[in-house]
Amino acid sequence: MIKKLIVIIITTIALTFNVSASSDGELLLKKNEPSEIKDCFESLNRASFALNQGLDKVIFKPVASVYKTLPSPIKTGVSNSLNNLSNVVTIPNNILQGEFSKAGVNTGRFLINTTVGILGFIDVATYLGFTEYEKEDYGQSLASFGIGPGCYIVLPVLGPSTARDTVASLTNFVGGDAWYNVTVRNDTHYFRDMDYYTSKISAGVDFRAKNYDSIENLKDNSLDFYASVKSLYLQDRQQKILNTKKIIETQDDSGWEEIENQ
Amino acid sequence: MSEKKILIILILFFSTITESFSIEPDIFVQSTVNRASEILAENISKDQKIQKLKLIAKETVDIKGIGFYTLGAKRKKLSDEDKIRYAKLFEAYFLKSFSSRLAEYTNPEIDVTNKEKLSENYTIVNSTLKATSERPEIKIDWRIYTKNVNNPLIRDLIIEGLSLARTQKEEFASILNSNDGEIESLFKVLKEFSDN
Repeated sequence: MIKKLIVIIITTIALTFNVSASSDGELLLKKNEPSEIKDCFESLNRASFALNQGLDKVIFKPVASVYKTLPSPIKTGVSNSLNNLSNVVTIPNNILQGEFSKAGVNTGRFLINTTVGILGFIDVATYLGFTEYEKEDYGQSLASFGIGPGCYIVLPVLGPSTARDTVASLTNFVGGDAWYNVTVRNDTHYFRDMDYYTSKISAGVDFRAKNYDSIENLKDNSLDFYASVKSLYLQDRQQKILNTKKIIETQDDSGWEEIENQ
Repeated sequence: MSEKKILIILILFFSTITESFSIEPDIFVQSTVNRASEILAENISKDQKIQKLKLIAKETVDIKGIGFYTLGAKRKKLSDEDKIRYAKLFEAYFLKSFSSRLAEYTNPEIDVTNKEKLSENYTIVNSTLKATSERPEIKIDWRIYTKNVNNPLIRDLIIEGLSLARTQKEEFASILNSNDGEIESLFKVLKEFSDN
């Protein structure tokens, strides 16, 4: 009888957890659905977007076009180093989201790549068979706690974001980013403020260079480039929050089904 | 031979024919991609490539379906006349936009890796665009409309998880919102894009 009771209790708990896991996922999907996120400050956002476009034209695009011509091993090395550095924000967020095994894997990845991989330039961990690296940030952690995105915002220089993600990113400047702490916040004598800003600018250039043709192509073939960027950013964000690239988990099929019923 | 027997034989014969003509979505995608790659690798002008790519798109993409999906809830409010106008304008816009985007690539290598049936009407085909020295490997998923198994059609391209149809839908919604929902404003933008 006791054995039966234990089986019933375990089954009930497992089922309850499954149900809440699935409804959490659905809630996350719904809350972060791009078409549901309001553009409360559209005029201001469009002005900010135009400013960023101007900066891109004058600074990022020309720099990225030169960066693109560098030999592949150098570009891969820079990209690897930047990814490795981002672990110092990813690991605390893995913990905040209760993903302790991922935190462990990423800590191992960070230690190996920083030492054997020469400051992250070589992704030794991947060669050793570590699982694919996924960046996490404080915005994603807040989303996993069930906090909605709020309005869509375009930040000058920094680009697209949401109210939740903008507020969450402030955590980086109050102790949440170890790289910021050792470069800008505290005088460690080992690093300078410039090291932090250089890494951030390099990340921007690396992103622009990797997506150089796609961005130009999108710009040339969009009817409303601002709306296209907004849609792509919010779709990408939704995927990252749900930690999936499986489109059946991120795409709402109702629009397609309605076409069937025309 | 009795009439009943003849009827059974005929039914069996035609069902076998239907079976043999049904095209698997992954094979359909790979063959479409191969045809496009051949054109892109040809030593002809960009304009000639665009014209040839347009022909492939007309044959393999459900342009009308994408057009009405892209229009969202607005399509329910359109008159039949406006629906016909929209379908024409959308086709011209789509063919220009789609073929111009593709024509930028020279000899892209795409490998179909997997497929997942979502329903009787839809299958997602997974593929990868091989890396070059310029860009990393890119995952491309294809939403294939399989209602007619003999004639599957492409309804969406999902690049690294980002849907082009969904992006286009939100872009159109933005244009309509900025113009008090006036369909004429969207018609004007579509016409301007196609004419330029």
